[in-house]
Amino acid sequence: MFIIKNKWIFITIAAILSLAAVVVISVKGLNLGIEFTGGSIVEVSYEEAPELATVNAALAGFDFNALVQPFGDDGYIIRTRELTEADRGVLMASLELNEQIPQLERFNTIGPTIGSELRSKALLSIILVAIAIIFFIAFAFRKVAEPVSSWKYGLIAVMALAHDVIIPLGIFALVGKEATTLLVVGLLSIIGLSVNDTIVVFDRTRENLNENASENNKEPFAKTVGRAIRQTMARSINTSLTLIAVLSALLIFGPDATKDLAFILLLGTFFGTYSSIFLASPLLVAWNKKKDAE
Amino acid sequence: MNRIILRLLAITLLIGGVLLGWFIATSNDTKPFQLGLDLSGGTHLEYKALISEIPEVDRKDSMEALRDVIERRINLFGVSEPSVQTETARLGQDEKQYRLVVELPGVTDVQQAIDMIGQTPLLEFKEKNPDLSLEEFQQALEDATIRLIENQLPEGAVVASDSRDFVEPFISTELTGAYLKRSRLEFQQAGAGNALNTGSPIIALEFTKEGGDLFADITERNIGSVVAIYLDGAPISTPFVQQKITGGEAVITGSFTLEESKILVGRLNSGALPVPVQLLSTESIGASLGADAVNAGMMAGLYGLIFIGAFLLLYYRLPGLIAVVALGMYGVIMLTLFKIIPVTLTAAGIAGFIISVGIAVDANILIFERMKEELQHGRGAYDALRVGFDRAWLSIRDGNISSIISAVILFWFGTSLIKGFALTFGIGVLVSMITAITLTRIMLFAIAPVKVTKIVRALFMSGFNK
Repeated sequence: MFIIKNKWIFITIAAILSLAAVVVISVKGLNLGIEFTGGSIVEVSYEEAPELATVNAALAGFDFNALVQPFGDDGYIIRTRELTEADRGVLMASLELNEQIPQLERFNTIGPTIGSELRSKALLSIILVAIAIIFFIAFAFRKVAEPVSSWKYGLIAVMALAHDVIIPLGIFALVGKEATTLLVVGLLSIIGLSVNDTIVVFDRTRENLNENASENNKEPFAKTVGRAIRQTMARSINTSLTLIAVLSALLIFGPDATKDLAFILLLGTFFGTYSSIFLASPLLVAWNKKKDAE
Repeated sequence: MNRIILRLLAITLLIGGVLLGWFIATSNDTKPFQLGLDLSGGTHLEYKALISEIPEVDRKDSMEALRDVIERRINLFGVSEPSVQTETARLGQDEKQYRLVVELPGVTDVQQAIDMIGQTPLLEFKEKNPDLSLEEFQQALEDATIRLIENQLPEGAVVASDSRDFVEPFISTELTGAYLKRSRLEFQQAGAGNALNTGSPIIALEFTKEGGDLFADITERNIGSVVAIYLDGAPISTPFVQQKITGGEAVITGSFTLEESKILVGRLNSGALPVPVQLLSTESIGASLGADAVNAGMMAGLYGLIFIGAFLLLYYRLPGLIAVVALGMYGVIMLTLFKIIPVTLTAAGIAGFIISVGIAVDANILIFERMKEELQHGRGAYDALRVGFDRAWLSIRDGNISSIISAVILFWFGTSLIKGFALTFGIGVLVSMITAITLTRIMLFAIAPVKVTKIVRALFMSGFNK
C-alpha cells in the first residue's frame, strides 16, 4: 500500500505543519476578539457610508482605542475598549457624518471576566472531550488489542484530532483573522467530524483484523491497515467532497457573519480528511512494535 | 420481514415524513421556530449579583427570587418571550460568581433594556447602628441627610453610591423587599398630630408572614428609637417607633407627590430586588442583521443540499435516491424536533445542525460503499444489502457514539454558546443514527431486487462492473 509504504513522509508533513501552526500561534498570536478579551463592538450602517478615513478622523479625538473596519456595503464595525453607556452616546454622536444619523445594528460590551470564562471553558471542554474519546475508543477497540493496544487507537485518534484543530487555528492566526466565538464553534465542529472520520477507518482495520483471526489468515499488520485505508478511501473522499461543497456554498453565498466560520470549517474538513487517511492509520503501523515482516 | 409489509411500512414512513413537512410549513404562526437573539435581534444583558452579604445557604433561593422579580418586571413591559436565567461561574478557586442572564428579543435599545430592569427598586429596612451613642447617631443622621441632598441619587439607580467614609447611622436588618407581599397607595387620614399632612399620599406595605414577624422583632427592638426605610440605597423615611407592630403592615410617609407615589407602588408591587445587581456585559443585535444573515444562510444551505442531492443521485443512483429521501426525512424530523422540544436556534446551533447533516450523509455513503463492495464480491442483491448494512453499522455506531460523547461533554461544561452548538449537534447525530438504520434500511429493503441483473448492477453499482 502506497500510503503505508511512505508513511513517514505523510507523518512528517503532518508533524511539520502542526509544529508550524503552534509556532505561528505562539509567535504571532491569535487576533482575539472582544468575546475573549473584553471590550465593546459597535456596528453601524449608513444610507450611504462615509469614507473610512472620515470615520477614523471623527473618532481620533477620543480615548476609545477605536479600530474601524468596513462591514458589508454600507456599514462599519468599530472595536473599542469597554464602553459605558455614556461613552456610547458620545461615540454615536461623533459617527453622525455627512449629515447622516447611522443606524446602530449591534452594540456589544463584554466584561473581561466573561471573556476569560469563555476561553477557559472552551479549553476545558475540549480537553475533557479528548480524554473521553481516548477512553471510548480504547473500550470500543478492546477486542482487537493485538498487535496494537486499543489505547493506542484512542491516543492516535486524539493526535489526529489535535492535528485537525491546530493547523486551521494556525492558518487563522497567520492570516490575522479575528478570533470570535464563531471560531470556537468552528473548532468544536471540527472535533465532532474529526473523530468520527478517524473511527471509520480504524473500524475497518478492526474488521479486517477480526476477519483474519477467524480465517486464521496471517497477514502483516501494515498490510491489514493498508487494506482498510484503501477500502474506506472512496467513502472518505466522497464524504469530504459533500462537506466541502456545502461549506463552499456557505463561504460564497452565505452571510458575511458566517464566512469566517465556513473558512475554518473548510480548513478543518481538508486537514481532517488528510489526517484520517494519511496520518491516523500510518501512525498505527508506525507505533506497532512487533515489526512483523513488512 | 415480509416484503409486502416492508413496502407498506416504507410508504407509511414516507407519508409520515410528508405530514411532518406539512406541519413544519403550516405551523409558523402557531408554533414558530425559536430563534436565538443572534438571529432574531434583541438585547442580551449579564448581571453580577452582589450576593456577598447573603449567607451561603440562602444564595440559591435568593437568586431564584431575583430571577422571578426581574421576570415580573420585564413582563410588565410586554416583551415577548423574554428569558431570565441564573448562572454561576467559578472564578479562580474559591470565588463563585452568581449571575443573571437576561435576554430580551425584539428590544434593540440597550438603554431601554437596562432601564427596564434597573428601575426595580431595592427596598431595605434598617435599624440604628448600636455602636453609636445617641449623639454620634444624631450627627451621622444629619450627615446622611446632607449627603442625600448633595448627591440626589438618579431615578432608578440600583446600587447605592459607595462613599463609605461617612459613619452609617443605620445597619441592615434581615427585612427587605423580598418579604413584601404587596403595597398600595393610601392617603393620610386626619388625626392627632398630622393635621398638616392630611390627604397627602402614603404607601402602605403588607408583609408576608415571615416579613411580618421580622418587622415585629425589629420594632420591638427599637421602641423609642427610629427605623429607616431605604429605597435603592437611600433612606426615604425614618419613622419613630412607639410600639411593637405585629400586624405585618407598615406605612411609608415620605414627602411624595401623588405621581411619585403611584410609580413607587407599581415598582414595589412588581417586586423589589432581593439582591443588588451590577451590569457585566451588554449585547444588542439589530433584527435586520439577523434576518439578512438567516436568509443568506438559508440560501447557502439550499445550494449545499442541492449539490449533495445531485451528487448522491449521480454517484449512487437508486440507493442515492433513497438517501436523498432519507435525508429529506431526517431534515423534517430535526426541524419538527426543533419546534416541539423547543430548541432555541442560534448561529452556533445551526452550525451544529449542518455538521450533523454531514454526519447523516456520511452514514448513507458508508452503507452504500459497503453494499457496493459486497455486490462486487458476488453476493446477491438482498444479501449484499444485509451484509453491507451490518458491517457499515459498526462504523456508524462507534463514530456517532464518539460524537455524542463530545456533544454531551460540551453541553455540560460549555458556555451558552457552546451549549447551543452541542445540543443541536447531539440531537442531530442521534437522529441521524436512528434514521440511517431505520429509514434508509426499510426503504432499501423495500425496493431490493431479488436477483442481480444487469439493470440492478447499473442501478446500484455506479457502473463499476467487475
